[in-house]
Amino acid sequence: MNVTIVDYQSGNISSVINSFAEVSKGKVNLEVTSNTNKIKSSDKIVLPGQGSFKSCVESLKSINGLVETLKDFAITNKKPLLGICVGLQMFADVGYEDAETKGLGWIPGKVSKIDNQKGKFKLPHIGWNEIEIQKKSKIFKDIKNKAHMYFVHSYEFIPEDKSVISATTDYSSKIVCAVEKDNLFGTQFHPEKSDKIGLKIIDNFLKL
Amino acid sequence: MLKNRIIPCLDVKNGRVVKGINFVELKDAGDPVEQAKIYSDGGADEICFLDITASNENRDTIIDIVKKTAKECFVPLTVGGGVRTIQNITDLLLAGADKVSINTAAVKNVNFVKESSKKFGSQCIVVAIDAKKVSDNKWEVFTHGGRNKTGMDAVEFAKKVEENGAGEILLTSMDKDGTKSGYDVDLLKVITNSTNIPIIASGGVGTLDHLYDGIVKGGASAVLAASIFHYGEYKIKDAKEYLNSKNVSVRL
Repeated sequence: MNVTIVDYQSGNISSVINSFAEVSKGKVNLEVTSNTNKIKSSDKIVLPGQGSFKSCVESLKSINGLVETLKDFAITNKKPLLGICVGLQMFADVGYEDAETKGLGWIPGKVSKIDNQKGKFKLPHIGWNEIEIQKKSKIFKDIKNKAHMYFVHSYEFIPEDKSVISATTDYSSKIVCAVEKDNLFGTQFHPEKSDKIGLKIIDNFLKL
Repeated sequence: MLKNRIIPCLDVKNGRVVKGINFVELKDAGDPVEQAKIYSDGGADEICFLDITASNENRDTIIDIVKKTAKECFVPLTVGGGVRTIQNITDLLLAGADKVSINTAAVKNVNFVKESSKKFGSQCIVVAIDAKKVSDNKWEVFTHGGRNKTGMDAVEFAKKVEENGAGEILLTSMDKDGTKSGYDVDLLKVITNSTNIPIIASGGVGTLDHLYDGIVKGGASAVLAASIFHYGEYKIKDAKEYLNSKNVSVRL
């Protein structure tokens, strides 16, 4: 199996690479690239993302043909894609970090700043929080409800269709922290930094 | 509910841990990678390396340690000490650090905080503030392990680094560091109340009660400690079970 981690200069992806390498341990051919031909021939894609929504979208667009290739992969050909953090957020139509920016538009919805309730909640939301599983998701196989995951973000994805939500977490309100729509998977938390339980999610994705 | 984090910190000098862990299961008490792994397996919420190597020539050593650790520990890894340039940050992040902690360089030029948080995202920029009490309810920022005065008010500086994009503040009381008499709770309180980003308490932990004080009385989001864990007095698990028994929410 060929799995590609999309490297589009969107910040630090070493941890994503290390965790996938650890879980796949030679069973999977792991590529880290933005080469569209390599992406096309992959079986699965991981779309990481750090920094702001705007900067990630801009980086993605700056690579010729990348957005179209990803769309063909995930939407037209319906092959499995996992978005992590801003990688998930970019599924939305629009984001409001730094400036209003169009997203990939794969799952209708928006990305807005978490309501900190006048300073009652510190932002970024950093640290370990429990996830509340909202529906059966293939990547949550053997993951217990209320498992702890590592978060670091100030913005949240608000999808229009709530049936895509596979998990929420409680911080100021019920924040969407995982989505699943057909072959599209996304986590707001970082499975690559969430200890053994996070690696299990990666393993589940690789075993799809 | 967001859990309060417990972060063991390892001081690394020329590639070796200075205050080594005193655990029986350790093969080599000076190997930072092995020690980080023990903490991570023991339930540490994050791992922090502080590189106290004096010379610039040895920066490759810490990079190598970070590389090895990142392949074995799958919890967040923060690295501080000698982070002065964008290139330093790039090198550490590429090696596998998740966050870098900036100290002197932030004091010298707060724009460096802005520049780096814009480039890498606030999520990986921690500003380390070393503060010393100068009068009643007044703390000043110091550098070089508390030797150099800066004339800057710690509260004002904390607000300033927040405005400039710091994602977290690692707040060390220079009066308390190494004393094992507990955090400077008053300092923590004033900084946590005047900022809206998470504060990591540091300096002075000698008992598990001190961790409780840092979180409950000081308002810290995370507590950092070195020696109580290194010498095997307490394991991470002990600290978590203790805090949990006192109704402080932690990841068990």
